[in-house]
Amino acid sequence: MRTTRTGTTGRFGIVAAAAVLAIAAVLAIAACGKDQAGSGGAPAKVAAPMDVSLTGAGATFQYPLMSKWSAEYGKANPNVRVNYQSIGSGGGIRQITARTVQFGATDGPMTDAQMAEAKAPILHVPVTLGAVAVAVNLPGVQKSLDLAGPVLADIFLGSIRRWNDPAIAKTNPGVELPDREITVVHRSDGSGTTYIFVDFLSKVSVDWKVKVGVATSVNWPAGLGAKGNEGVAGTVRQTPGAIGYVELTYALQNGISTARVQNPEGEFVAPSVESVTLAAAGASANLPDDLRVSITNAPGSGAYPISGFSWVLVYREQQDCDAAAALARFLWWGVHEGQAFAPALHYAPLAQGVVARCEAKLKSVTCGGKPLL
Amino acid sequence: MGRRSSSSPSDAAFHATLVLAGLGVATVLAGVAWEVLDLAGPAMQKGGLSFLTGTTWDPVAGEFGALPALYGTLLTSAIALLVAVPLGIGSAVFLSEIASSRVAAVAGVLVDLLAAIPSVIYGLWGLFVLAPLLRQHVQPAVQSVLGDVPLFAGPPLGVGYGTAGLLLAIMVIPVVTSVSREVLKAVPDTQREAACALGATPFEVIRGTVFPYARSGLVGAVVLGLGRALGETMAVTMVIGNRYEISASLFAPGYTLAAVIANEFAEAFSPEYLSALGGLAVVLLGSTLVLNAAARLLVRGVRHGGG
Amino acid sequence: MDAWLYPPPPQRTVSPRLRWRRLADRLFRGAVVASVVVVLAPLAAVLATVIAKGAPALDLAFLTHLPKPVGETGGGVGHAILGTLFLALGGLGIAVPVGVPAGVFLASDRMPRLAGVVRMCADVLAGVPSIVVGLFAYTLLVMPFRQFSALSGAFALAVIMLPTIVRTTEEVVRLVPPTLTEAALALGAPRWRAMLGVVLPSAGKGVAAGIIAAFSRGAGETAPLMFTAFGSQFLSWNLLQPIAALPLVLFNYAVSPYEDWHAQAWAAALVLVVLVLVANLVARYATARRSA
Repeated sequence: MRTTRTGTTGRFGIVAAAAVLAIAAVLAIAACGKDQAGSGGAPAKVAAPMDVSLTGAGATFQYPLMSKWSAEYGKANPNVRVNYQSIGSGGGIRQITARTVQFGATDGPMTDAQMAEAKAPILHVPVTLGAVAVAVNLPGVQKSLDLAGPVLADIFLGSIRRWNDPAIAKTNPGVELPDREITVVHRSDGSGTTYIFVDFLSKVSVDWKVKVGVATSVNWPAGLGAKGNEGVAGTVRQTPGAIGYVELTYALQNGISTARVQNPEGEFVAPSVESVTLAAAGASANLPDDLRVSITNAPGSGAYPISGFSWVLVYREQQDCDAAAALARFLWWGVHEGQAFAPALHYAPLAQGVVARCEAKLKSVTCGGKPLL
Repeated sequence: MGRRSSSSPSDAAFHATLVLAGLGVATVLAGVAWEVLDLAGPAMQKGGLSFLTGTTWDPVAGEFGALPALYGTLLTSAIALLVAVPLGIGSAVFLSEIASSRVAAVAGVLVDLLAAIPSVIYGLWGLFVLAPLLRQHVQPAVQSVLGDVPLFAGPPLGVGYGTAGLLLAIMVIPVVTSVSREVLKAVPDTQREAACALGATPFEVIRGTVFPYARSGLVGAVVLGLGRALGETMAVTMVIGNRYEISASLFAPGYTLAAVIANEFAEAFSPEYLSALGGLAVVLLGSTLVLNAAARLLVRGVRHGGG
Repeated sequence: MDAWLYPPPPQRTVSPRLRWRRLADRLFRGAVVASVVVVLAPLAAVLATVIAKGAPALDLAFLTHLPKPVGETGGGVGHAILGTLFLALGGLGIAVPVGVPAGVFLASDRMPRLAGVVRMCADVLAGVPSIVVGLFAYTLLVMPFRQFSALSGAFALAVIMLPTIVRTTEEVVRLVPPTLTEAALALGAPRWRAMLGVVLPSAGKGVAAGIIAAFSRGAGETAPLMFTAFGSQFLSWNLLQPIAALPLVLFNYAVSPYEDWHAQAWAAALVLVVLVLVANLVARYATARRSA
C-alpha cells in the first residue's frame, strides 16, 4: 500500500487506543460491580494481611471434588483462595517436584525414583477414593456391557478390534453387538487415572504387564489420545464405537454408559461409591506407612476392581509459612468437612481409620521446623 | 546532518538507547534458542541422531524417539500447503491483478482477518464442526469409493492428519496470500505493459511475465506459510488425535512436535523426559528459524529487485 | 480496458488459437475468483458458527461472573476476560519500550549492518512457534521464581508481540518525510529532539496501530500461557500469581465433556473474536486512513 500523509496524524491512533482501553474499562467495571455483589462465591479483594493464594495442580481425577472444595472453603474462608488446575497427575508430580505449586495431586503414587528426584520428603495425603469407569459409546446397545479384565486388556492392546468379537460376546449373552470397529481412547497426558487403569490391566493380563507396564503415562499400543479425564470423556462422547476410561464422575455427569468389570470373585461389578468403598475396605485397615497403596483388583464380594486412592502431595518441610499454614488448614478441612461433598460427586469418602492417618500426616507438616497444626 | 548528530552527547545517548533496544530484540531470539538448546542438551548428547529416527515414545522406559511427531508435523504441513498454495496464490493474483481496487481492498481485509482469528478458535471450530463433518460425511464417502487405498483407510474418527492439515491450510492461506500479494505488487508495471503491448491476454501476462519475475518471492511466501504450519500448536493439538504413531492414512490420528510439547511439557516427570521434549522443541525451532530466514531473504530479493 | 485488450477482430472468423487463448484467460480468471471465494468461505463459516453457538450463552452473567465448580451449570468467564486484558496490556508494557525504539533504530539507517541483523532477528522471532515461546518463558521466569505467574504470561506475550511492534514502527517512521527531520535539525534541534518531538508524533498513529495489532495478536494466544499464566478460577490482579486467560479457558472448556462448558466455550470464542477483530480492524482503519 503506497501511502501519503494527511494532516490528521496522531489523533486517530489515540482514539483507537482509547477505544480498546474503554472496552477494558467497561468490562472491568462490570466485573467489579459483580464482585461487590458477591454472587459467585468468589472472595472480594480484601486488603487484609491474611490474604493467601494457594496454587495446586495435578490429577484431573479429583478435579471436580477439588473445585467444589475450593468454592466451599472459599465461602467459609474468603481470605484463602485455592486455585486448582487439572493438568494431570504427571503434571502434579512434576510441578510439586519443581516447587512451582504449593501442592500437587495425583492418583498414581510417586515412584521411589520420583521421590528421590524431589530432593525433599514429600507426603502423600489421601483425599478421596474413586472408581475408574470404563466408558463406552456403542450406539444401539442399551445395556451396560460386562467385561472381563483380560478382555479389557486385549481391547486396549489392540488385539481385539471389533465390538462383535467372540471374547466380548461370551460375557454378554443376549446383547446384539454391532460389527463396528473399536476406537480406544486413552490419556495423552500423564495421568493417575491411567495409572490406576493400567495397574489393574497389569494385574489381570501378563501381556499387558510385559508389553506396556504401569506408570502415569505409558506407550499406548492402540487408540486416540485425549487430554485429561475431561478430554477422554469428551472424545468418547464424540466418537461412536469408542471405549475409554475415566473417573466415574465424568462418565455420570455426561451420561456416558459404563461397563461392569469382573472382579477377582468373578462378579461383574458396576462402578459406584459403594463398590469403591468395598474395594478399599481391606486396604484401609492396613495402610503402609507412606500411604502409597494400590487397591485395584481388590478381593471381596461387590468390590469394584478399578478403584484407587487420590492423593494430595505436599512437602513435609514447607518454605512460605503463611501459605503453608493456610494449606494445612485447607487440607485438614478437606479430609474432614470436605468428605461430605464426595458422595454427591461419586467419590467414596475416606474411612475413619484413613482419616486418622491423614491427620497424623498433616500434623507432621512443618515450616521452619515448627508444626503448622 | 551527520555532523550534528555525531557531535552532541545527548544524541549519542539517544542513539545508544535505540541500539540497545535493537540488541534487545536480538537478545530475545538468542535467549529463546539458548534456553531450548540448554533444555535439550542431555537428550541430544544421549540420543544424537537416533533421537530423530526413533519411533518409540515411552516415558516409562525412558525411551524417546521423535520420528512419529516429526512425520505428523511434516504430513499435516504438506496437506496444508497442498491446499493453501494454489488457493493463496490464486487469491493474491485476484487481489493484485484482477480485482478493482475497491473489491481488492475489502477482500484483502477479509483475508487478513482470517489470519487474525486466534488459533484456539480454529481448534474449537475444527473439533465441533470440521471433525464431525469429516467423520460423518467426507470419510464414509471417500471410503465407499476408495475404501481399499491405505491412504484413506481406518475407522471414522473425525480427528487426525487430514483434519489437522485442512485446519492448518485455512490458517496458512492468509500468510501465503498477503506475502504473495506484496510480491506481485513489487513487479514493475512496465513489465506488464510490455507484455500487454504485445497483445497478451491477462492470463498470458501473469503467466509469462509476472510469475517469472516474482518467482523467488512466491517461493518465499510458500516457505513462510510452511513455517507457520510447522509451528502451529493449539488448533492442531485439538484435532490431531494425539496418537504417537506413524500411519499412512490421512484419516488416522497422529501427533505433531508442537502438540506433544503442549500436552506433555507441564508433566514430564523425569529429567530425561523433559530433555526429550526440549529435543522436539529444538527440531521445531530449528526448522522454523531456517525457513523464516530463507523466506524473508527470498521475498526481500523480489521487493528490492522490483523497487 | 477490455476493449483495449481485445480489439474487435477485423474479420468475423476468429482463429482457433485466439479462441483458445481467450478461453484459457477466462478459465484462469474464473479459477482465481473461485479461489478467493473458497478462501473466504471458512472465514464466513467460522464466524457464523461462533456467533450462532456463542450468542445464546452470552449474557451479562457470563461476562461478569466467576466459574462454578466443575460439572455445575452456570458461572461465567469475567475473570478470564479481565485476565486476558491484564496479560495483553502487561505484554505491551514490556514489548513497547523495547519494540518502538528498536523500530526507530531500524528506520534511522545508522549502523546498517547491525540493523540488518536486528531486522532479521525480528522477522525470525515472528516465526518462532508460540509453544516454544511458552517453554522459554517457563524456564526463564517460572522455574527460578517457583511460581506460575501473570508476569511470566505477560512476558511470553511480549515476545510474541515484539516483532509486530518493531516492524510497524520501522515502516511508519520511514514514511515520515525526511524534510520534517531536516527542518527540525535546521532549527537547531538535536537529533533526539527531532525524533521525539517531530518524527514520532507525526508517525504516532501508525505506531499506535502497530501496538493495537500486537495487542490483538497477543490477546488470542493460548500456547504461550499454558505453562506461564497457568489459569485460575479467581479474579486476580497479582503479577506474581497465576491468572486466567480467555483462550486458556476456551481450550479447557472445549476439550471437556460438559455440554454447559461447550456452550461457554463458544460464548468465550465470541468474546475473544470480537475483542481480537475489533482491535485488528481499529489498527487497520488507522493505517488505512493514512493512505488514500
